[in-house]
Amino acid sequence: MTQVTMTVNGESVSADIEPRMLLSQFLREQLRLTGTHIGCDTSQCGACVVHVDGRAVKSCTTLAVSCAGSDVLTIEGLAKDGQLHPMQEAFREHHALQCGYCTPGMIMAAIDIVNRKGTELDEHTIREELEGNICRCTGYHNIVKAVAAGAAAMGMGEFQQAAE
Amino acid sequence: MTSTGIGAPVRRREDFRFITGSGQYVDDISRPGQAYAVFVRSPHAHAIIKNIDLSAARSAPGVLGIFTGKDLAADKIGGLICGWMIHSKDGSPMKVGPHPALALEKVRYVGDHVAVVIAETLNQARDAAELVAVDYEELPAVVDVATAQNPGQPQIHAEAPNNTVFEWHLGDKTAVEAAFAQAAHVTKLDLINNRLIPNAIEPRAAIGEYDRGQDSYTLYTTSQNPHVARLVLSAFIGIAPEHKLRVIAPDVGGGFGSKIFIYAEETVCVWAARKVGRPVKWTADRTESFLADAHGRDHVTTAELAVDGSGKILGMRVKTKANLGAYLSTFSSSVPTYLYGPLLSGQYDIPAIYCEVDGVYTNTAPVDAYRGAGRPEATFVVERLVEVAARELGRDPAEFRMQNFIKSFPHQTPVIMTYDIGDYPTCMKKALELADYANFGQRKAESERKGLLRGIGFSAYIEACGIAPSKAVGSLGAGVGLWESAEVRVNPVGTVEVLTGSHSHGQGHETTFAQLVSHRLGIPIDQISIIHGDTDKVQMGMGTYGSRSGAVGMSAISKALDKVVAKATKVAARCMEVPEDTVDFNDGVFSARGTNKSMTFGEVALQAYIAHKFDSSEIEPGLKEGSFYDPKNFTFPAGVHIAEVEIDPETGITRIDRWTAVDDFGTIINPMIVEGQVHGGIAQGIGQAMLEGAVYDSSGQLLTASYMDYCMPRADNLPSFNVAMTNTPCPSNPLGVKGCGEAGAIAAPPALINAITNALGHENIAMPATPQAVWRAAQASVRKMAAE
Repeated sequence: MTQVTMTVNGESVSADIEPRMLLSQFLREQLRLTGTHIGCDTSQCGACVVHVDGRAVKSCTTLAVSCAGSDVLTIEGLAKDGQLHPMQEAFREHHALQCGYCTPGMIMAAIDIVNRKGTELDEHTIREELEGNICRCTGYHNIVKAVAAGAAAMGMGEFQQAAE
Repeated sequence: MTSTGIGAPVRRREDFRFITGSGQYVDDISRPGQAYAVFVRSPHAHAIIKNIDLSAARSAPGVLGIFTGKDLAADKIGGLICGWMIHSKDGSPMKVGPHPALALEKVRYVGDHVAVVIAETLNQARDAAELVAVDYEELPAVVDVATAQNPGQPQIHAEAPNNTVFEWHLGDKTAVEAAFAQAAHVTKLDLINNRLIPNAIEPRAAIGEYDRGQDSYTLYTTSQNPHVARLVLSAFIGIAPEHKLRVIAPDVGGGFGSKIFIYAEETVCVWAARKVGRPVKWTADRTESFLADAHGRDHVTTAELAVDGSGKILGMRVKTKANLGAYLSTFSSSVPTYLYGPLLSGQYDIPAIYCEVDGVYTNTAPVDAYRGAGRPEATFVVERLVEVAARELGRDPAEFRMQNFIKSFPHQTPVIMTYDIGDYPTCMKKALELADYANFGQRKAESERKGLLRGIGFSAYIEACGIAPSKAVGSLGAGVGLWESAEVRVNPVGTVEVLTGSHSHGQGHETTFAQLVSHRLGIPIDQISIIHGDTDKVQMGMGTYGSRSGAVGMSAISKALDKVVAKATKVAARCMEVPEDTVDFNDGVFSARGTNKSMTFGEVALQAYIAHKFDSSEIEPGLKEGSFYDPKNFTFPAGVHIAEVEIDPETGITRIDRWTAVDDFGTIINPMIVEGQVHGGIAQGIGQAMLEGAVYDSSGQLLTASYMDYCMPRADNLPSFNVAMTNTPCPSNPLGVKGCGEAGAIAAPPALINAITNALGHENIAMPATPQAVWRAAQASVRKMAAE
């Protein structure tokens, strides 16, 4: 067992864990933050995407101990004081989710796309950038619309990027 | 239409929890004291179990219990069932081998369940599972449905000689022979409907729990139909009587059919909870999902179409071998028979059809319903035949279809179904316009200038859903009725709870069902709750599949609402002291004609519960009504999809340039949600046609058992979709709804293959039309073009 300390959604957390524990397990089992989901075992589906130190990471392929001292942001940490993040709003407005299982990872990945590629995203870019997130329900049509709209909204508002 | 009533694109009320990560899926649930289960699975496709040595595993750290098939048998736990009886041509019932939840004597596919290890932690269970030593005597395996019935093949079940479960047929063989004898032209195709693996992004999971004090069980399970799970687990498998078994299907992350069935894992988890005295939790990893979720499709077919000199279709003859896998899954026998054969008329007026289907055992995972369940297989046959026939006859594919469309309704097909209503030419014309078909030639020439091959393909699909009228399916072999139930509970202050036997695992029922209630009762949508998924709360229901939640689930709610309004009208009349037949109900208000008296729905509800203003011997207090609704007929959504592709012959990459869909779903409750269903269905259909395919090697090893090997459609594989609707309201249910959940998956594969073959200039390509397959096929085209 080893002690690990990190910040998750703005709060410092410490725990004694096995070194082999994945970040996804740490979040889901240790911290009971079950919004981050597991959909595959080859790091391809993207349901587990969170932000570590401001960058999208697949938590199923990250050891919790490697996040010692880091700043982790999960889907649960996006909304501020009851106000949804513009990307969350965009997903609801554009019906970019059906069963909801891929959605947390999809939203976290989408925000990361904006962080890296800016707030004016075209369809081609969005589709390419979402290659690491699989959805079985929506056919992506509305996800693409939502990401574009969420990106534009992020460009307009004064919403503080929690990753900053 | 109000802003929250029928036809409004209301944003989904369930979304808040999903976009904030506060949904509750089975794996999110932790029960106090829960232990973890890992299944020991067969690494062989076909083998005799000589011995299972548990000694090392039993003494591994944290182990609470290890069980095998013998333990289940000792407790008289029954096997997994198939609930649909199919008879062969000779009248004999289908030949079915037993399907124990943990294997007895033999294993029959890679992934077959051999033992369960339950331990304090998941890691301990995994480690102990590796210590279970199974001594197998390997047997040769038979994997290919096309050859599994040949003499001399390994016999998978003693009960089914030549691995033949049934030899079924439908239609009129003699009439078809006569039709073909007169034909001016016969189109013949050999078609493979490729095996698929559903891959809902949430893997299956179960938590079984036993309450010693109450002698009762609770099962949390990723199910599309918790009541059906309860029925099967209690009445057939014998876990506990129904009133001692609660089944909860909370948030479920996609189903697509794969979560209809009652599987080994949840059966074992709920039984084992009592054995170890702790809640037992199991969650599949993705590899397990690939190995052991029910697979879909897997047909080998020879199909022929007879056409007369004027282009009129005279008859169709189809012979199919359908792979059922190593065991019969819960509804598997119905999929390649009654959900397939009866759709072979398509949208066409075909006088004679004959279809033969052999259901075949192989040493592969059990095959059962997957989005479309039989109807994609039928539509692929029909729409490839029709398109190729048009090409062979030098006819425009749209015109050839229009010539043969059914034009008057109701229309009795030669394969059981009576289509109630439809307007196929309107869909076709609208699709041609939206697809800019007129200018295809120009676009094709443009592509050619760039060295690219452009093609266009049609799919005029029809499907039978809104499953299903109970007597009808009963007469065809179903062991259950397929009605749906609803209870509308009005609370004293006028808020409403609707308890529905339907289950939402992505379909948005918490919104669409509430829209119906808001529309009918004239109350704000935020005063309505939709409750589903818990057998303790909701009376018996049959669940969600077969695109039935609108047509059947909502019809049940509609009938219950009728009863609520009728009773509320009585109460309102007493309160307003006017005769009942002078009371009208509109927009949430009861008004007494010819007076200025009125009461809101909420006021009437309160009076119903206070019970001061009416005679309780005449009207019972309260306002709560239920309904069990049995559909009168299947519903028949239909439409036209047009796919246009551009192929680079140097790489084989197929770019879908545009996708047009015009669908007739009857009444639309929420157009945003309906379009979403169409998008998702098309994506799965495109996946089948050009990306996906489950592959077993000849020894029965599943080669495509991860996302590394099985190509799921991703955002950059797909275009945006141009989706439109027409509407001929369904006459057989109160709402006029036909259902839309499966249409995209049914329509898409032939549209895409028709487009690709059109681009290639020949028919020699099979699904999935991967870049490699298209490249190979394109070499033939390029050679042909060069020769011309």
